[in-house]
Amino acid sequence: MSEVALVNNPNVGLDKTPKSGPYVNELTTLNLGPTHPATHGIFQNILTMDGETIVDAEQTVGYIHRAFEKIAERRPFYQITTLTDRMNYCSAPINNMGWHMTVEKLLGIEVPKRAQYIRVIMMELARLADHIICNSILAVDTGALTGFLYVYQWREFIYEIYEELCGARLTTNMGRFGGMERDLSPVAIEKIKKLLAELPAALKEFESMVVRNRIFMDRTQNVGAISAERALNYGFTGPNLRAAGVDYDVRSLNPYSSYEDFDFEIPVGTKGDTYDRFLVREEEMWQSLRIIQQAMDNLPEGPYHADAPHYYLPPKQEVYRNMEALIYHFKIVMGEIDAPVGEVYHSVEGGNGELGFYLVSDGGRTPYRLKFRRPGYIYYQAFPEMIKGSTLSDAIVTMSSMNVIAGELDT
Amino acid sequence: MENVSNQQIIDALQGQFGEEAMYGIAESHGILQVTTEVEHIVPMLHFLYQHPVLKFQFLTDLGGIHFPEAKGQELGVIYHLHSLENNVRLWIKIYVPIEKPEVPTVTGLFATANWMEREAFDFYGIIFEGHPNLIRILNVEDMDYHPMRKEYPLEDATRHDKIDELFGR
Repeated sequence: MSEVALVNNPNVGLDKTPKSGPYVNELTTLNLGPTHPATHGIFQNILTMDGETIVDAEQTVGYIHRAFEKIAERRPFYQITTLTDRMNYCSAPINNMGWHMTVEKLLGIEVPKRAQYIRVIMMELARLADHIICNSILAVDTGALTGFLYVYQWREFIYEIYEELCGARLTTNMGRFGGMERDLSPVAIEKIKKLLAELPAALKEFESMVVRNRIFMDRTQNVGAISAERALNYGFTGPNLRAAGVDYDVRSLNPYSSYEDFDFEIPVGTKGDTYDRFLVREEEMWQSLRIIQQAMDNLPEGPYHADAPHYYLPPKQEVYRNMEALIYHFKIVMGEIDAPVGEVYHSVEGGNGELGFYLVSDGGRTPYRLKFRRPGYIYYQAFPEMIKGSTLSDAIVTMSSMNVIAGELDT
Repeated sequence: MENVSNQQIIDALQGQFGEEAMYGIAESHGILQVTTEVEHIVPMLHFLYQHPVLKFQFLTDLGGIHFPEAKGQELGVIYHLHSLENNVRLWIKIYVPIEKPEVPTVTGLFATANWMEREAFDFYGIIFEGHPNLIRILNVEDMDYHPMRKEYPLEDATRHDKIDELFGR
């Protein structure tokens, strides 16, 4: 059975033999990175160029490896949230919520509806921020600097909403096991309403500048394309997979945090090229706005966190007056509460795809093993295959549209 | 979308590989897990890939794990498979002794396994035979140990200010 050549797999082991012909000795080696303004992160690509054409690419990753999986084996569960922030820092709340839901699955905590809706709002805001960054920077990489300024202020505004909820902007550490650490404040609600009212105009303006722009289309169409079959074989998820035409979205296939309550569409592309990835992200932003609107309209009343005193910090004023609250506070902060034995996999739709957490607990205060499934790490492998035969400027645009984020890649 | 139950997966696997090839069959939060022997892993993944109904054609993740207490089976590899068509997940686990941590590669079937296997090699020292480019990926090349193994504690062992018994541990 194993001799059946199931999948044509040319990429594994790059072809190092030089081309024949008169220019056989004319291949140039070009170091793209590790620190290069166009790669938006610390990646090294050693490109072998034949004139302006890329013949071969070799990637080096790991420049900002911080050993999160090892650190996680020494930390109590709640302290791992801050590690997840620093993976895909463009959409930190999604990482936080994904981690909380994983642990809640292990502990068997039921999260109240209101907290689930607030989480959905925050996750969709994070997706908006993530896609704003990716798409507007893609426009910058093709030479359109202005459009980026139109939408980037809304990313700042989203960070202000985060600030209202958790006090932080980039590395949010938002939410707790069992729900949120605080309810949506009136200011936050006002800001979300302002965003819903005013972001569409900015987004439309940005789209009218870029989407049918001849230069942008020439730079992105048929650039860095990947077929659906290859994308699946490479483990693509998220917008990059959907651009290739596969409608896999964790939010709809395995709904979590009440995503089944919302009405939204999953945009798919046809060619899997840079332009399709751009359009899929654009449409996902509109769908995110739709989801936030629905969540705001139907925001249920009730508590914003579960009644789980062993895992959820008591209110501070209670800690000063109430003995039980003081004990729980101490035990939680010191990480003295053991988790049950078990094995959990939970995944959420992150900004870049399926963000998975595989958690093995041996009944201790820390995970026995924690494996992050980082979508960026997995699909970045396909980069050499996607840029072979194209020019250097196409490689830059392809990398930008894949939204590879060094923090997520290197954990 | 057909509804594939976990029992169907077990039956299909047992029909092909026999009952003795699989042990540790369990279910964890709805996800079926199966432990098998090293020699069965590649045929099993091919079988699941080509199966007309099951179609486990998406490798979500692959990771190593270390159990120092389990003699002869210290290192493990966990394959997270996902059948997107049926929306069923499956974990397949294999364990190998730490003295001879050799596992056949699955890069021929899944291109995505390339970096996942390199990561497992980097952190656990699991050697994937037949891998096209089995070198370290996240750590520096001249590192001479595999840091995620349990014998390497995270904190400095010379620290005396963190006494476990003071914290009731």
